[in-house]
Amino acid sequence: MNSPTIWIIAPAVIAVLLILVRNQRALSLIGGTAAVLLAASAQFIPTEEALKVGALSFRIESSLSVLGRELLIKPEEGPLLALIFGGTALWFFGAEASKSALRFAPLGLLITALMVASIAVEPFLFAALFIEMAVLLAVPLLAGADQPPGRGVVRFLIYQTLAMPFILISGWLLAGVEVSPGNLALAGQAAAVLGLGFAFLLAIFPLYNWIPMLLEETHPFVVGFLLWIIPTITLIFGAGFIDRYSWLRTSPELTTALQFSGLLMLVTGGLWAAFQNHLGRIMAFGSIADTGFCLLALSLDLRLGIPILFLLLPARALALAVWSLSLTILREQSKTMRFGETRGLLRRFPFASAGLVLASLSTSGLPLLAGFPARLALWDALARVSLDAALWMGIGIVGLFTASFRSLAVLSMADEYTGWEVGENWLQGIMLGLGMIGLFVLGLFPQAVQFFLTDLPAMFEHLGR
Amino acid sequence: MSPLLSWTVIVLIAVTSAGILLARDWRWLIIFLSLQYVGVFLLTLQHWTLGAATVKVIAGWMSAVILGMTRSNMSEKDEGASALPQGRLFRLIAAGFVGLIAATGAPFVDSMMADAGATVSAGGMLLIGMGLLHLGVTDQPMRASIGLMTVLSGFEVIHAAVESSVLLAALLAIVNLGLALAGSYLMIASNTQETETP
Repeated sequence: MNSPTIWIIAPAVIAVLLILVRNQRALSLIGGTAAVLLAASAQFIPTEEALKVGALSFRIESSLSVLGRELLIKPEEGPLLALIFGGTALWFFGAEASKSALRFAPLGLLITALMVASIAVEPFLFAALFIEMAVLLAVPLLAGADQPPGRGVVRFLIYQTLAMPFILISGWLLAGVEVSPGNLALAGQAAAVLGLGFAFLLAIFPLYNWIPMLLEETHPFVVGFLLWIIPTITLIFGAGFIDRYSWLRTSPELTTALQFSGLLMLVTGGLWAAFQNHLGRIMAFGSIADTGFCLLALSLDLRLGIPILFLLLPARALALAVWSLSLTILREQSKTMRFGETRGLLRRFPFASAGLVLASLSTSGLPLLAGFPARLALWDALARVSLDAALWMGIGIVGLFTASFRSLAVLSMADEYTGWEVGENWLQGIMLGLGMIGLFVLGLFPQAVQFFLTDLPAMFEHLGR
Repeated sequence: MSPLLSWTVIVLIAVTSAGILLARDWRWLIIFLSLQYVGVFLLTLQHWTLGAATVKVIAGWMSAVILGMTRSNMSEKDEGASALPQGRLFRLIAAGFVGLIAATGAPFVDSMMADAGATVSAGGMLLIGMGLLHLGVTDQPMRASIGLMTVLSGFEVIHAAVESSVLLAALLAIVNLGLALAGSYLMIASNTQETETP
């Protein structure tokens, strides 16, 4: 037995089998349970060690050879897999409530398996190909066969696909830089090509116009999942680059580029969000700003930045899950999701409206909510490096808060004599309630996730130590 | 491969990629795409074995067939009708500029990619440039898929000079087929609404 079989091939097989199931609840439960089991096993079952179950003794190898290359899941990557499958479980359990489980459960699990494969593949540059395959699988998720695809789906496909060639070429160039570290021209070319690849993958300004388009056109729950899993894996993949190449790790230009692009994402995302009149587009720009926070964390001294990055990820997963589920429920009521149509929905859909506002406030960094601890640590660390950068971060956060309070104002703007009712069904209410409690738990007790976050930097050889 | 044959392949790629850009009938699109993969195969053959290079042309042809079969089951309409800008002359001039950029950039790419070869670099750059140009003037699923496949073909030609992994060849073939399938899916989804609209 080996790790890639358990955490890549097994979920892929389950995903294929799930295609045969036509019951939303069964799909949601099977997918969610499988993801939880995979997360728990990744966290608690040691690999590369002899295990004894009764009279049976076995050992889980960490690698699997495929066509002359390797899929390798190191024992230190267990907490990361737990984070990925745990986050995926959030979406699967919410899939029934969002009424999207039929396609979402099988394709989502398959996408997750491919994303894990992208972390495991050696040479690690081939990760770009696995990410691309996941992107291709996302197309049927985003565009239902019964409705015309919007421009956002086509742009998503184009932008994410263009990333792959750049990253593969940069890998070859980086190998050249390692051989001749004095060749500054080659280093510059490699960095430029690599930067372009990640700019496409992470949807860095101005390459993020497909995100608001998608949230206007398609199912917010599905888009939320993609906005969580693709940037998360890409950030870890990017951190892997920084970990492997010492010249990249020590390059002051990289720090500047990361800080600049992070601030650009945060400020444009925050300010654009503040001026939107569409709940979906506000979520889109919120997620863009969230990616900006992650890039800013990577721009810091990596002994500090990597733990902050890992602290940002669970909060991002939970906030996006609650946000996208809330938006999905509200979208059934108001197809366009424009402010004019969503006025006063708080009194008819209290859980979904509260979930949307809390998730938005958590992304903004409101104290007591999940996003706050990581943002506070990030802002503090950034202010020690550059006060200007901290000021710009503040401007981005003000933009996000403005968008959150505008959403709250619109949702609560009901006629004076409108009565309260609960428009969500019991399952939607429970899922949103649990999600909102989770947002508070992560905000009040950030140490609740520390037991596996502390081990996460061990997956890198140099970063976070 | 003799220099004459190599440059003939470049001409073939120039003609097919320009043809894809200018063609309005989907049948011509598929024919040009299939021929383009022959050019890709011949350029890849300069660095890869016959068996490995054949993977490219077979995956490419299969992708073309997927797109063609999907399109053949749909109603007849002018594919270029909503693509902007409309003029063939404009596209031809733009293609000329791309050719010029590819010709001037090829020596630089050649030196960057471990002397991949002048024809390989020129062919790869031409395909990448024409693919990007195509992506820039259309938002139709079929054309976007073909544009992406053209860009990837150019990249594959250049990358083949420095990497000959079997796994890479297999994964790239899967990506090509996946692009065609994604394009077909989007075409079917687009067509659903058109057939439902009275």
